[in-house]
Amino acid sequence: MNNYKDTPELSARMHSPLMERIVELKENFYTEADKYDYAPADFADAMDNFERVLELTGSVCDEVIAPNAESVDREGSHCSGGRVQYSAGTAQNLKVMHQAGMSGFGLPRQYGGLNMPVTVFSAVGEMISRADASFQNVWGLQSCADTINEFGSPEQKEKYLTMASNGATMSMDLTEPDAGSDLQSVMLKATEDPENGCWRLNGVKRFITNGDSDIHLVLARSEEGTTDGRGLSLFIYDKRSGGVNVRRIEDKMGIHGSPTCELVFNNAKAELCGDRRLGLIKYVMSLMNGARLGIATQSVGIQDAAWREATAYAAERRQFGRAIDTFPAVYQMLALMKAKIEASRSLMYETSRFVDIYKSLDQIAKTRTLTPEERQESKRYSRLADALTPITKGITSEFANQNAYDSIQIHGGSGFMRDYACERLYRDARITSIYEGTTQLQVVAALRYVTGGTYSQFAKDTLESLADSAQKSTILEMVAKLDAMTESASAHKEQEFTDFCGRRLMESAAYCVMSALLLRDSIQTPELFDKPLKVFVDWAKGQVEGNAAVVMGWTPESTEYYR
Amino acid sequence: MEKFNIIVLAKQVPDTRQVGKDAMNADGTINRAALPAVFNPEDLNALEQALAIKDRFPGSSVTMLTMGPERAKEIVMEGVFRGADGGYLLTDRLFAGADTLATSYALSTAIRKIGKFDIIIGGRQAIDGDTAQVGPQVAEKLGLNQITYVEEILEMDSKSVTVKRVITGGVETVKAPLPCLLTVNGSAAPCRPRNARLLMGRKNYEVPAWTVADVNADPAKCGLSGSPTKVKKIENIVFQAKESKRYGADEKEIAALIEELAVNHIIG
Repeated sequence: MNNYKDTPELSARMHSPLMERIVELKENFYTEADKYDYAPADFADAMDNFERVLELTGSVCDEVIAPNAESVDREGSHCSGGRVQYSAGTAQNLKVMHQAGMSGFGLPRQYGGLNMPVTVFSAVGEMISRADASFQNVWGLQSCADTINEFGSPEQKEKYLTMASNGATMSMDLTEPDAGSDLQSVMLKATEDPENGCWRLNGVKRFITNGDSDIHLVLARSEEGTTDGRGLSLFIYDKRSGGVNVRRIEDKMGIHGSPTCELVFNNAKAELCGDRRLGLIKYVMSLMNGARLGIATQSVGIQDAAWREATAYAAERRQFGRAIDTFPAVYQMLALMKAKIEASRSLMYETSRFVDIYKSLDQIAKTRTLTPEERQESKRYSRLADALTPITKGITSEFANQNAYDSIQIHGGSGFMRDYACERLYRDARITSIYEGTTQLQVVAALRYVTGGTYSQFAKDTLESLADSAQKSTILEMVAKLDAMTESASAHKEQEFTDFCGRRLMESAAYCVMSALLLRDSIQTPELFDKPLKVFVDWAKGQVEGNAAVVMGWTPESTEYYR
Repeated sequence: MEKFNIIVLAKQVPDTRQVGKDAMNADGTINRAALPAVFNPEDLNALEQALAIKDRFPGSSVTMLTMGPERAKEIVMEGVFRGADGGYLLTDRLFAGADTLATSYALSTAIRKIGKFDIIIGGRQAIDGDTAQVGPQVAEKLGLNQITYVEEILEMDSKSVTVKRVITGGVETVKAPLPCLLTVNGSAAPCRPRNARLLMGRKNYEVPAWTVADVNADPAKCGLSGSPTKVKKIENIVFQAKESKRYGADEKEIAALIEELAVNHIIG
């Protein structure tokens, strides 16, 4: 078995029409083929490379990461003497993934990286998460290096990106005891040390995933006397410099393989990354968008694992003289789980592709002036990626929780026991809708795109080129409902009321977009997606109609009886 | 620092760990079509030992050598994707049907043709034949020292290699002068995975294929004609509990047990 080969739904997503453009940009028009033996010479060569790397990932997931998942969950990470010790399984996973050459995955080849597109990184993230969600945190955080690649100095890139390609682990140190969702309140102090030509960090960070990593990106207050986001800068801390200790690690409900650390910075030597004062408002925003997409891939992996566990159990478990998957109540649940996975994939890979295009154009822009068409293209996809990221993270993580819940439900009493993997998946899923911005914050981020009509327009644009079908008509009706409820929520010109309707608006918008994208995928590959599409649209239609009925029945006064 | 030229002997085998109902033909031979072809497991342990030497002594080279039909070049590619520098496939109709004697003869001629080597490493045995004879026979034919059942290479310098070898009930530390041949036990470190950069960078590697003529082998010593082993019959034997004998713990019973084992040449 191979985690990639057994999922044709995944490889179908790699063959999007947009892929050709993504690859030529990422490869800067195939200019590296003469320089590096592993750089592709053309599109077909690149696609063959992706296939090879994904297949390799599939075998590592299947032979190493998945078999370790249970012991990783039981054993967890430990902390002693200010350092973190991974569980034996996590340590082995890291070693094997590095031996497999999967470090520096998205980084340029000049720093030893693989120069893989985000779209392929997302597929790897999904596969790893299906095998062991907690390992995706540890491995996936290598994408912090992208921030250094985008904003770091040439010396920093040379040093840290090379380290990352050689297997250095990474973390992003943002949260503090009093600065969680509200990062503007970060207090960790950065002071210049001109004598040693560096900065010094002092203070405490909390809830830091993989907090004992080799390279840290640290958000700290560099401007004394400031209290908001504009006084924050981003720093790079190299563990070998010393000065940061792990005070404790959290005893968590799930993702036990991923150590969540409380860090004490004691005059730790650090380098400024990029410009002062841009730490939160520019760099962390960029970092967070990448991290949110990472959580979406983790969520899709968990959804898929939960569905597989449930499917296998329901086929095997017999009651009343027949397998339980022959009962309508059960097969309906299984079909909806699968539909949610495919709708999530359609959205998550679309977002990944858009990120790929604008980020690659950003990189090209560092070497030459973009043409006016390219500038347009970059703007368009950057805007779309920013719009799609919060709904991608928000909805896929909610679906991860829903699928994990349903997976246990299908297992019945057995699922409540620790003997079955669905129990771990349920605990692992729970964090996805919380970290890197709760669903409630994704709603806030998405709301301006809802009211601005971005999602509605995107769904319509997607549908426009597709042949007429019953599903298309239904989705168009859903979009019309979305428009109507958006108007109703905005008509009063009261932000609080619009916020009050936010969750229902955001979900409805997401379901419209997901339905449209899944319809498009289904037309391209009907044998894989026709059924999930129909199931998803049935379900989504009910959700959107329900939301419309409630939102359009509300007035600003309705908020009163909720307080 | 020293550099070593290492040759890894590897075999493509039917995956006998996945035996289904149709694994055997009616005549008792293996139904190769029903079983996936895989890299012989202990040869992967051998490859890891070779790659570990290369890690420790940069500039060392690892060369794969295998014999089999055209598709057995997958074995060389698999080695290359995990870090070997290259390799050769011995393939010729005249090599077909070889027993261990003919196989070790063919491999030894290829090794002579490769020429430069400090150490040859193979798996202890292949899962299709389970003879564990090929490695030792190659060493004999090349006049080399050999160490079997190797679990770990402890030390290596330009003149000798020191290894840990597993024996019944314990381990031995053995030192041998180079060049020599090692066969590696399945309890040794597992092989590293394929590597993404190599999968992409070396996918167009052309595996050189050598025939009987290429390695200057004597056709009479190759393949079926060079194989004194004739398989008369393969039987599927399942031991059942009712065929067992029970002995008690007193001296008389133990003496009877020893006699029984001696009569059947299991001991003595």
